[in-house]
Amino acid sequence: MIETFINLTLFVMLVATAVAITRMRRLFGVTMMAGVFSLLSAMLFVTLDAVDVAFTEAAVGAGISTVLMLSTLTLTSRIEKPTTRSPMVPLIVTAITGAAIIYGTLDMPNFGDANSPAQVGVAARYMAESPADIGIPNVVTVVLASYRGFDTMGETAVVFTAGAGVLMLISGLRRRRRKDSNKKEETS
Amino acid sequence: MRHHLILRVVTKLLIGPIILFALYVQFHGDFSPGGGFQAGVIMAVAFILYGIVFGLEAAQHVFPAWLVHKLMALGVLIYAGTGVFSLFLGYDFLDYGAFSPHHPSHGQHWGILAVEFGVLVTVTGVMVAIYYAFAMRRPAISDEEW
Repeated sequence: MIETFINLTLFVMLVATAVAITRMRRLFGVTMMAGVFSLLSAMLFVTLDAVDVAFTEAAVGAGISTVLMLSTLTLTSRIEKPTTRSPMVPLIVTAITGAAIIYGTLDMPNFGDANSPAQVGVAARYMAESPADIGIPNVVTVVLASYRGFDTMGETAVVFTAGAGVLMLISGLRRRRRKDSNKKEETS
Repeated sequence: MRHHLILRVVTKLLIGPIILFALYVQFHGDFSPGGGFQAGVIMAVAFILYGIVFGLEAAQHVFPAWLVHKLMALGVLIYAGTGVFSLFLGYDFLDYGAFSPHHPSHGQHWGILAVEFGVLVTVTGVMVAIYYAFAMRRPAISDEEW
């Protein structure tokens, strides 16, 4: 009962935040509301007992993303320009997409269903055998680092690639052999 | 942010505990929520906070950009190197049993610690590098403009 109430409250606040974001013009406020949105979804993850995901969401979504958005904001304008076009077409597209997503969730297993694919798949084996195999209490860590070590290595490589891509695009680092001419540019 | 005395004092007080918490999340990840990804982000936040409050130059004096860029790649190398290491000992790639042949579950502990450390290094490097990349573009806007 109380959990339903908490979930309902969090979802209402989530929707309210989203509506507030669409109605705001000041981008500083929008950035802050996006952080609030992340924090609320982190709370939702906690109520779903997904604490590791909630941790990541709070740290990355509410923390780092907000800082990066603010850094981006310093490079652009502070106020969103009003659009002259009619909002009808985007609204219809969004409504249809949203309806399709809701239609898709109808086929999903109920929350906490013991027969859902997430429970009957390989997860049961991980839960049963990880104490004997590895003996680390946090099964999430075990799955991430040991059973699915290849995946996590790929993820680390993806993080590295993303960082390298951002550096190439906007850091202003140049090739080494043109170092001397760069120094002249900086001093001038 | 030269004149924000409270922010500067609070930041100085907070940075130590933030780094300590990152290390806790990293090394306690076997028992509680968290791990390399989260710890890396928290670790990066300490440097980013320092950069925001005390200026980019001060942050880059502590944590130079060239070092950040090396760390990005080093983390992936640590992770992949763990796998190659077990490969050389005659085990499968990323089979942590290689670290302690007589006691495979101990080997698993070592292996998980090693790869999580690799993740920490890469994530810290990437987050700080992205922040530097954005912050280096233009001088910070003045306080009045917000």
